[in-house]
Formats: sequence, structure tokens, C-alpha cells
Amino acid sequence: MPRTLNEVVFVDGVRTPFGKAGEKGMYAQTRADDLVVRCIRELLKRNPQLPKDRVEEVAIAATTQIGDQGLTLGRLAALLSGLPNTVPGYSVDRMCAGAMTAVTNVASSIGFGAYDVAIAGGVEHMGRHPMGEGIDPNPRLLAEKIVDQSALSMGNTAENLHDRFPQLTRERSDAYAVSSQAKLAAAYDAGRIQPDLVPMATRHSERGFGLATMDEPPRPGTTVEELAGLKTPFRPHGSVSAGNAAGLNDGATACILASEQAAEELGLPVKMRLVSFGFVGVEPEVMGIGPVPATEKALAKAGLSIEDIGLFELNEAFAVQVLAFLDHFGIADDDPRVNEYGGAIATGHPLASSGVRLMTQLAAQFAEHPDVRYGLTAMCIGIGMGGSVIWENPHHADYGTEA
Amino acid sequence: MTATTTPTTTVTATSAPRGEVVTRALVQDVALAGDAGTLALVTLDNGLDHTRPNTFGPEGIAALGQVVGTLRRRAEAGEIQAVGITGKPFIFAVGADLSGVPTVSSREQALEIARAGHAAFASVMDLPVPTFAFVNGAAMGGGVELALSCDHRTISAGVPALALPETFLGLVPGWGGCYLLPNLVGPANALKVIIENPMNTNRMLSGPAAAKLGIADVLLEPADFLEESIAWAGRVVSGETTVERPVVSRDEAEWAAALKAAKGLVLAKTAGRSPGPLRALALVEAARTATRDEAFAAEDEALADLLMADELRAGLYAFDLVQKRAKRPAGAPDKALARKVTKVGIVGAGLMASQLALLFARNLKVPVVMTDLDEDRVAKGVAWVHAEIATSLERGKIGRDRANHLTGLVTGSTSKDGFADADLVVEAVFEEMSVKKQVWAEVEAVVSPECVLASNTSSLSITEMAADLQHPERVVGLHFFNPVAVMPLLEIVRGDQTDDASLATAFATGRALKKTTILVKDSPSFIVNRLLARYMGEFSRIVDEGTPVPVAEKALAGLAPMPPFVLIGLVGPTIALHNSETLHRAFGDRFHVSPNLKKMVELGRPGYYQQVDGRLVVDPALEAAHIAPANPVELDVTQVRERVLSVLAEEIRMMLDEGVAQAPMDIDLALITGAGFQFWNGGVTPLLDREGVSEKVTGSRFLPPGVASVPA
Repeated sequence: MPRTLNEVVFVDGVRTPFGKAGEKGMYAQTRADDLVVRCIRELLKRNPQLPKDRVEEVAIAATTQIGDQGLTLGRLAALLSGLPNTVPGYSVDRMCAGAMTAVTNVASSIGFGAYDVAIAGGVEHMGRHPMGEGIDPNPRLLAEKIVDQSALSMGNTAENLHDRFPQLTRERSDAYAVSSQAKLAAAYDAGRIQPDLVPMATRHSERGFGLATMDEPPRPGTTVEELAGLKTPFRPHGSVSAGNAAGLNDGATACILASEQAAEELGLPVKMRLVSFGFVGVEPEVMGIGPVPATEKALAKAGLSIEDIGLFELNEAFAVQVLAFLDHFGIADDDPRVNEYGGAIATGHPLASSGVRLMTQLAAQFAEHPDVRYGLTAMCIGIGMGGSVIWENPHHADYGTEA
Repeated sequence: MTATTTPTTTVTATSAPRGEVVTRALVQDVALAGDAGTLALVTLDNGLDHTRPNTFGPEGIAALGQVVGTLRRRAEAGEIQAVGITGKPFIFAVGADLSGVPTVSSREQALEIARAGHAAFASVMDLPVPTFAFVNGAAMGGGVELALSCDHRTISAGVPALALPETFLGLVPGWGGCYLLPNLVGPANALKVIIENPMNTNRMLSGPAAAKLGIADVLLEPADFLEESIAWAGRVVSGETTVERPVVSRDEAEWAAALKAAKGLVLAKTAGRSPGPLRALALVEAARTATRDEAFAAEDEALADLLMADELRAGLYAFDLVQKRAKRPAGAPDKALARKVTKVGIVGAGLMASQLALLFARNLKVPVVMTDLDEDRVAKGVAWVHAEIATSLERGKIGRDRANHLTGLVTGSTSKDGFADADLVVEAVFEEMSVKKQVWAEVEAVVSPECVLASNTSSLSITEMAADLQHPERVVGLHFFNPVAVMPLLEIVRGDQTDDASLATAFATGRALKKTTILVKDSPSFIVNRLLARYMGEFSRIVDEGTPVPVAEKALAGLAPMPPFVLIGLVGPTIALHNSETLHRAFGDRFHVSPNLKKMVELGRPGYYQQVDGRLVVDPALEAAHIAPANPVELDVTQVRERVLSVLAEEIRMMLDEGVAQAPMDIDLALITGAGFQFWNGGVTPLLDREGVSEKVTGSRFLPPGVASVPA
């Protein structure tokens, strides 16, 4: 049988405001599944031209798939969102790149022709489900030196990255972190973040209901002096601090992907076209380097070079990991193409949800920069991986022509 | 840059003197979209889960008033532009905490309860910014009235119950409901909520139904109810959305027509014997022209009067019986002794047996085998059950899979071999001891030694029925009431030899069948039929002696849901006669066997009355055949009432002395759930106490003062 492959487009994406994990955080008593359900319902509301029964898959990522993040969350989220029970769903786990993987999975299925419209997203409630909850690592990992002890602690892998690249100093990391906070504050002031946010009711037995309308983690006005004084919890006199890393957060994201034809048929907006993606494994001890080979792979698949990329949305699990990427590709620390709205150091990083945040923000930047043809979303992934997805800007004059 | 959600006022009174579970009013500020400003979001939360709903006791009302006072100052200072009130998950608020009512011993105290609620809710109404109720879950009584006190309302399509149940208990919606609701939705819709629903076994409205009546301005889906409610409130505050409601008519004739219809219903249901609904009608009538202050003052007076009325105290007592005693039947053995019931046998395939088969299949979801003497009867019984299941399917009450499952569970046979692996066999054969004994002997030959044998007899002795069996300890009585699917009561009869395991199995089965179970001693006709026979017998005797039926009926209006002669038509003259004869044999002349009832059976008439054009008229055949007394004695209404209530008091005292029932509470619970006796009479013993009949006839009250009456 002759097979036709489909182009895949990013229709729309939203997220909840991100919260600080823990008892004092705004989502302390709000369920994780409620967070992602809220995102899905908002997507359906924003795109009323999409009939609910045309959604053919719901892929939802979570790193810790137990409790309110368990029980085949993608399927349950579909039911809880009011989608017809004919819509299937599943759960995804690739640690920090969960939502990114949910996107590339459903995109691949759309590309293959298995279906036309899907919802992908992620959620992580690190307050209800701290990283490592209930894990049971195989003792062979350490006994046979398959990985180093430090590989299982993300902060330690970031310290290891400082060791590998001595030019990546704490000072550079702190300076990068300060600029991330400043860029996010400026983006908020300019009203660039708010359109992606879904107001989320917050439940608390002692405080009553509230409404989350903005991110909780950002610390605008942070200075390098303040950061220099912070402790380095992963090693004495180390380089990684709470100030130059993403925090522990609660939040959810979701987006609609569709075949180009279905988007046209249904009148759905096209915010980005998927060009290529790559996932690559690296040494688990320096997992932060992952986006480098992943991006090289994605570029090679697309037949593009790094110079073709006009906008970068890089997840900031740790400042040092972004700097390693920038150094590798010869990009300045303060290059305006990188994380125009700031990054995870400021917004927070609810692990498996973050991938779609990068995409939603890149889509917004594409609209503002019709001169840019290609953009990149990339992130490092725990246990030594990287993921990178290249997108094309539909607002660009050459969109749809051969590169 | 932080979340815009900041805790502000928190009132955390948690313990009150008499253990009030205080509903706190927790406040957080939320940002409204656009430039609509800040909404202070009040969450009503008593700190417990949805199984213990929010209620308003004195401390909770005080806390709410305090919070609203703070909100008023903040609104005047321009800090907030709107106020929203919502509940905890699944519950908005279910009204006043009535658990303290038994301790209210003066009218001043009662008046204070009324005024405190009005004051708190009026302070919400008087806030200088737009107010919104976000009705997220169950809302009743004062909860609904608080929502009505807000300028606007959203309601979740997931709300299972919204009601003003006050008149059901003998109160009025007295925290603004009788004034605010008719002025919001018009008199007819308001009376549906205030009168019609409570009078119809306390029916409740769903969220969508409440919205349709106009109680809420907008109906929203439950999944993101609060977020969408706040967004809607923001649009209302900014002026983007204008709330439009139909204008409420001020036409006196329209109001009078609605009130007349409601009054007709009240009189039909209560015969005017429950003061609450009538008082509510008067308040709604006045609401057409009254100012708020006048209306609230009138509600205060009504609440104070009714809180100090015995009818309400009896209503609360009855409510407590149905809510609590019904769930923990007195005298039931340890639940752990109950044996699992995985298959049920039914002896008989007549209408009663078929109803039982359906009930067991539906609730226990285990195989049910019906047996009878011939194939035709068996086939007819099974077909009836299958047809009922098919009807449920057609009406969409159950799905195809459930229908297939239930249909497959119910089978029939002329042989009792299918009972071999049954854990419970119920007989519903002819009411004749020799027949019952023979049935049990045949069943015992087939079943295991532990299989519980339950008789649905309405009058025969369980002990005698079991006497000749090898295992008499497994015989119990399970006395269901007709129609089986509707009547909540199940009398469970312990024979002299019945063991705890069999009895426990009977109670567990009753619970699984969702019945109110009451333990009764093996005695003629148990509780309900014995009292009904005494009651109807005395009524008939009075009529047979020469008192006109309308006079007798008027004397007892409001005691039972229908007059005795209407009830005869419902249960069937043959059964009524059989019951009175059985009891006459057992107890002698105090149980009257009416010659006119005999005549009715002889003539094969279906009842005393006939339906003609929707009205009840006396069957002319019976009128012609009436056996008149030689020396007629005509009693007046007062005399009739005294005579009938007196024999009830006498019989109840005897039953308590004989141990037929364990306590007056079981008598009342049985009459409420098995014969539809009224809440405002507390069943019957509170009525007998408050009319002085119990003391006069039996020398003492049945219940101490204060239990189901205003404390002395």
C-alpha cells in the first residue's frame, strides 16, 4: 500500500502558572491531574472549531507516575476533561523531557498517518511527588559501575559539568541566572507570558480556594551579588546553587498537534511546523550536555546547521547546562536569540511538563519574529539524555518552501 | 512577581461550647481578568470532608458576619471590587446546624438564632461591591439563602442537590428564603422549591434544574467550575457581561393563583396539621409587597414560633430516626457473624415473590431462583421480572450490559433442586401455617444446614413455622412491605430458636437491599400491621357504630398519608380482612373485624371508594349493602380522634411491654418507613405524648419531654 506521510503542525499550547513545591506552595493541596485537565479544557475552549471527537490521542507525561499522576494519566485526563470515551490516552515518562516526548510521539503518529489530531502535555507536582519518590534503583547500576553515584542526583551532574568545562565558572552561571530572571520579568511586563497561562483554582483546607494567575517561583530583581552568597548544596565550595538552577515546582502544560491537512480542514491555527527532532543518550554523570548531541542529530536530520536557527528555547535545569550548549555552538551567553522570555531558572521546572512550555514560548516568539525561519526547543534529561526539536515559523516568507 | 493569591482574613474558630463543627469563612484575594480588579473569594469550609457538609451554627454565623464586616471595610477602602462565596469540594453549604435545636428552651433563644442568620446574610447583601455565589456543590436551606443573598449566582452542573427542605421538617426558609426566592424567580417557581419539593418526600433539584428555574444566572461545567465562575464574575464586574433575568410579576392574581395551588398541596399532604408549610405560604404571600426589613422580621417571628413548636421538634426527632437509627438497627447481632449470600431461592412466583426476586437480583447481584407448583406460574413470575428489567432499560435507568446481567440472574423452576447451593431462601407463599411448614420441609431437604430460611409472612409465627425442622435456628422473618421496591421498611423477626448468625445474615441482607431494618419479636403481625389493624379496626368500629365516614376521616386527617378506607383499597380488602381476623383471633375484641369489610370481600369490591373523574366516591354497591347499626352512635370529630389515638396508645404500650418492639423509637421508625406516618408527628408516639393521650391512657409518656418536643 502506498503510504503518504503528513506534515505535523503545532496548533496551540497552554500551561498553568507554575508553583513552588511544598506545603507553602500555591498548589500544595491541588491535585496534579486537576492541573493538566485544566490545561486540556482550556485548549478545547480556545479552539472551539476542534470537535471533541476529532481528538484521537491524549499523551500526558509525568515522571513520578503514582497517586494523582498514575493510573494511565493520559487516558484519565481525557475522561476528566470531558472528551468522549472514544478518545484514547496514555502516559509518558522521559523524566524532564516527558512532555517533549509526548509531543514527538504523537507527532510521529500523525506523520505516519495513524491519526490527525492529538493532545500532548505533561504535569509534575513535585510537592506531592518529590523527585525519586518510590524509586528502587537496581544495585547493579553502582556495583557494576554502569553509572556513577553522582548520576542519580541532578545537582551533582551539574557540578560534574562545571568540572568537565572549567571555563564554565559559577560567576558565568550566576550572571546567566540573573539575566533569566530579568528577561522573564520584562516578558511579564510586556504581557508576553500571560496569554499562555490558564488561571488555576487552588485548593487549600486552611486558606480556602484561591486562583493562580501568575508563576510563583520568579524572583525579579535578583542580583549577582545575592546569588554569589548562596550555598552550594551539592558540594562544599561548589558552583551549583538554588539561584542558578531551576527549583522544585508544580505545574502542567498541554498542546494540540495536528496534521497540516486536518488543521486546514478544521480551521485550526498553525503556530509552528515540526521540522525534525532528536533524542540522544550521553554519560549519565554529565546529563546536562545532552542537548548538544541531540541538537546535532536534529539538525542533521533536517539538513540544517546551527546558523539556520534564529530562536532558541533551552530548558534551564541548570545555568551551566545551557552555557555548555552555548559554548559548544559558539553562541554568546547573552545572545538575544536565546530564551527571550527567560527560562526555567525563573519560571520553574515542573519536570515532565516543561517541554511544552518551551514550544508555547517559541510559538509566541515566531509570531513576533517573522524574519526567523527556524527555531529550536531543547532540554537535558535525567540519567544522561538530551532532546531537541526543530520547528519552522509559519510567519516566515519562505514557509512551506524547500529549505 | 508572585502569585496574586494572598491569604488575607482567616477566621479559625474551631470549637464551640456544645461542640459545634464550625464552618469557617476563609478568604483569599484573586485577580479578575482584564482590569476588573480584585475579588475577595470566600470559601466556606468546616475542615472536614464532604461526608460532613458545611452547616451554620451560631459560631459559624458569627464568623461569617465578622469576615463580611472586614470585607465591607476593604471594599469601602477600594481594596476589593467584588466578593465571591463558594464552598469546599462537593459542598456549598447545607443550611443551619439544627443539632443544637433540642437545647433551645425559650422563644428569645429561638428568635436570636433567626436574627443572627438574617444579620449575617443581610451584611452580605449590603456589601458595596458586586457579590457572587459560586454554588459548587450541595446547597440546602441556609446555604441556598446565603447564595440568594448575593447579587449573582453561578451553579455547577455537578450539583446533586439544591433544596429548601425546611417545610419538610416543619420549619420555614427563615433566613431570607421566603422573601428572596419569590422575588428572584417569581411565586410559582419559588413555591416549587419552598413547598412542592419538600412536600413530595423532600425532593431536591439538580444544578441544571436549579439554573432552569432561574435560581442561578449561569450554569457551568464542574471540571473548571470555579475558574470559569471567577472569569464570569470578572466579565460582570467589568460590564462586558450583563446579567439579564425575567422580570418578576407583581400581579396579585398571579401570586394568589400560585399560592392557592401550593396551599392545596399542603392541605392534601398535611391536612393543615403541620404549621411550617402554612407559615411559609403566608411569608411568600407577603413577599410580593413587603420591604426586606419587614420580610426578615416576619421570618424571624415565624422561625421563633416554629422552633418552639412541638411539630418541629418531632420532625427533627423523626429525621434523626431515619438518618441514624435506621442505619444502626437496635438489637442487631454483630455484623461479623453474617454469612455471605451468593445465591437466593424464592419459593413462590406470584406478584410478591416476583417483586422480591427483582429486589434481590438488583441489589445483591447474585443468582435468584424462583420456584412454584406449575410451569405456567413459574414462567409468569420470571417473565414479570424480566419485563421490569426491560422497562428499566427502555427508560435508560440501566444500560444494556446491566440489563443482560440482571435478566440472566433470575431463573425459575418447578423443582427446588436449584436451591442446593443457595445461602438464603425466602418464601412468599399463601399465608397458611400448614403450607409454610410443608414448604420449609421441602426446602430443608435440598439446602445446606447453614442456608437461612426467611419467611415473608405478615402475621404468622416464625417459631411455629420452624418447629418441625432439623435446623430451626436458621429460620427468620423478613417482612417486606408492598410495593417492595418503594417501601423502605423491612421488619426482621427473630423466632425463639433463631441463632445470631442467621439473624446477622438477615440484617446484612436487609442493608444490602437498602432497607430500613427493625428487629421485632415473633408476635402476631409484628409492628406495623398490628398497629394499622388496631387503628383501622377502631376506625371501622366507629363507622360501623354509626359515625359518618367524613367525620371520622376529618378527625384523623394528617395522621397517616391517606384515610383508612382509601388504604383498604390500596392493600386490598381481602388482605385487610385477613389481617384483622388474624389479630382478632390472637388478641380478641380489641381488634375489630368489620362486618362491612366482610361484606366488601364477599361482594368482591376492590375497595370502599371508586375513582370517578379523578375524585373518590363511595362504591354505590357497598352503600346499598351497608350494614347499619341497630342503635347508631354518632361521635364528633374530637371524640373520634380521642378514641382512635387512645387505642393506639394502649396498643403501643402493650407492644413495648411484650417486647414486640424494643423502644418507642422503633415503633415510630416503623410507622414512618412502613406506613408513611408523618415527620411532624414524629411517627406517632410524640403526637400521643403531646396530645396528652399517652399519659391519660397508659399513665406515662412514651418519650421524655425534650426528646421529640419542646423541653418543659
